[in-house]
Amino acid sequence: MLKLLNGFVVELRNAGLPVSLTENLDAMEAVQHIPIEDREAFKYALGATLIKNHAHWRSFDTVFEVYFSLRGPEYKIGDGDGDSDIDEMWREMQEQQQNAEGNGGQGGMDGMTPEEIAQMLMQALMNGDQGMMRAMAKQSVQRFAGMEPGRPVGGTYYLYRTLRNLDLDSMLEKMMDQSRQEAPDDLTTLEERLEKEEYSDRIEKFKGEIEAEIRRRLVADRGAEAMAKTLRKPLPEDVEFMHASRDEMVSLKKSLQPLTRKLAARLARKRKHGRKGPLDFRSTVRHSLSYGGVPAEPQFKYPRPSKPELMVIADISGSVAAFARFTLMLVYAISGQFSKVRSFVFIDGLDEVTDYFKATEDISEAIHRVNTEADVVWVDGHSDYGHAFEVFWNKYGKDITPKTTVLLLGDARNNYHASQSWVVKEIQQKARHVYWLNPEPKSYWNTGDSIVGEYGTFTDGVYECRNLRQLEGFVEKLA
Amino acid sequence: MTSTEISGGDRFESVQSIRDALKEVSYLADDGIASVAFLADKLGKPVLVEGPAGTGKTQLAKSIAEITGSKLIRLQCYEGLDESKALYEWNYKKQLLRIQTERGDNTEDWTDIQDDIFSDEFLLTRPLLEAITSEEPVVLLIDEVDRVEVETEALLLEILSDYQVSIPELGTITAKQIPLVFLTSNNTRELSEALKRRCLYLHVDYPELDREREIVLAKVPNITESLADQVARVVRSIRQLDLKKAPSVSETLDWARTLMILNIDTIDEKIAKETLNILLKYQTDIAKATKELSVDD
Repeated sequence: MLKLLNGFVVELRNAGLPVSLTENLDAMEAVQHIPIEDREAFKYALGATLIKNHAHWRSFDTVFEVYFSLRGPEYKIGDGDGDSDIDEMWREMQEQQQNAEGNGGQGGMDGMTPEEIAQMLMQALMNGDQGMMRAMAKQSVQRFAGMEPGRPVGGTYYLYRTLRNLDLDSMLEKMMDQSRQEAPDDLTTLEERLEKEEYSDRIEKFKGEIEAEIRRRLVADRGAEAMAKTLRKPLPEDVEFMHASRDEMVSLKKSLQPLTRKLAARLARKRKHGRKGPLDFRSTVRHSLSYGGVPAEPQFKYPRPSKPELMVIADISGSVAAFARFTLMLVYAISGQFSKVRSFVFIDGLDEVTDYFKATEDISEAIHRVNTEADVVWVDGHSDYGHAFEVFWNKYGKDITPKTTVLLLGDARNNYHASQSWVVKEIQQKARHVYWLNPEPKSYWNTGDSIVGEYGTFTDGVYECRNLRQLEGFVEKLA
Repeated sequence: MTSTEISGGDRFESVQSIRDALKEVSYLADDGIASVAFLADKLGKPVLVEGPAGTGKTQLAKSIAEITGSKLIRLQCYEGLDESKALYEWNYKKQLLRIQTERGDNTEDWTDIQDDIFSDEFLLTRPLLEAITSEEPVVLLIDEVDRVEVETEALLLEILSDYQVSIPELGTITAKQIPLVFLTSNNTRELSEALKRRCLYLHVDYPELDREREIVLAKVPNITESLADQVARVVRSIRQLDLKKAPSVSETLDWARTLMILNIDTIDEKIAKETLNILLKYQTDIAKATKELSVDD
């Protein structure tokens, strides 16, 4: 047990979660009070002692599943012969099914046609029967995934194979049809919406079951440590914008909101608790009058840190769109910290999108409008930084004042167009600061068609902003 | 660590017994909540409860106090909270009075008076000191701990890890019994590592569909099962939208109560839209939800 826990903690640390020694000791003590058989409670006991940040829970969950998935009787791998309750239930169910339909297929799932399986799965999902769903997941993996011991492919491959056979996408439609038929009268739109959500929720759960089942089998095959290594995923704040999957995007978005709140609070505090300013001579003299002209009480000016004016110019072409979106969201979420924010987006043409953000309080709606309505394509829809900058300079260059900070966002992959870097040089001369944020890893800069170096010489700094952590660090420095 | 000195309590027998007891005072705990509460008692450690507003963080502490029959001592945190309001304070006026009464006769020595005025009699106990000096069992609730400044957080460290308070004039006061401590946070800022390390961590999120339905059934008298089910499902649907502030459990309950008062037994779109302002508190959110609920896709 001790050894297992130790391995577990080491893996958590490898996954980037900060686990201190005292927390480790607490966990050891905690597990003495909670039996490992009570899996959920056991998991929460470990979680409560080891994980102190909710954003880390997902990573913890994965590692936990890997390390403790083979423990506890009900989590044994069903090997088809059936020795657990679930298999028992499964068989009963199957018999019923067969009696009802009147065709005496034999054995496990092997004897059934895919249509029959789909039918059964649908039944299970419609009834929302947890045990059934788990059994179905087990059997489907067994039948469809075609797992072979020692085969060096990832879990996603098996997952894909299983899901392809089950065809869950059309399942939702079928289920909706059925519930429409079953309802006594027509479903109202609200009811339909609720039904649909319920079903897609169940389907998601079912997918989760399948994933867990595959993971269990892989762990049994390869051992926990090897498995944990392949499943290691970056924490939300370390996910790279450019390579984030859809799930990761969702979790990124979720962690953006508390982050901006914290950032705004921190910046406001920074303003408030600033040191006192220089001596206020007039005020000191005025106060000295009450002491007969002796300046006994020196008065100081209140510091008035100037709020910078911000111009964001963002490349929103495919490769860096996610990064631009996040930066815009972050900037607008803390726009109170700037006296004025204007934003421009471009691909090869350039358009101002400030009004989209002014029109609505809802940042994500504004971002959506940016993506759909902004007029950013000039010729072919491939990034052309040179042309976009030129347009910017001609149209808006006069608006740049010595109080303005200009942020340029993009990977500077210019598709070998003319760079027009003189624009950046001109901007730098007029503006207070010019910064370039590049979502690419530093080692890729200036390779291929990236000319970030050429632009970079005319800015006050080029920053690597691959993940939320780096972005947050930069914005704090800016405001 | 001094964990050897602090022996675990035995207020609860098992995780399940907590769940059952909590259910009796109509607080429906999930696995996480019950097991962390159980551990808090066994290990004698404080619990840091985090989560969105209105998910029953404060209620958890209250309910635990109720089922253990303990006194609930609550410290509400706010910006500018200091030692004298959280820990203890000397009763200056009384001390002054004491000195003045002595002035007439010079029979007593100065040191006697000094010893005298820095004694228990002149100490005003504030919530934290009160919690550990109490003879009877206590549940200490430190509410919204993220509102105090980082520096003030340090005040809590001694009491949280060792259950003692050091008063320079009196020495160290150690707890007579280990109180169950709950700290709640709405996560407006990152709490310090030192504080987190000393606590068990519990994240309370919006409840799952089934649990929310149970909560509505338990908390709203006379509600029918089908209405509770509908309420829970509509609320879940609304929570999935991208809103400024998702409806909390307490707002769900308010909504259910409103529907009861209006004598409604099935929710349709019209009713849902008309009463949305109970669930959502931002105009943009209401507009969005109205739009989403009427579009059929």
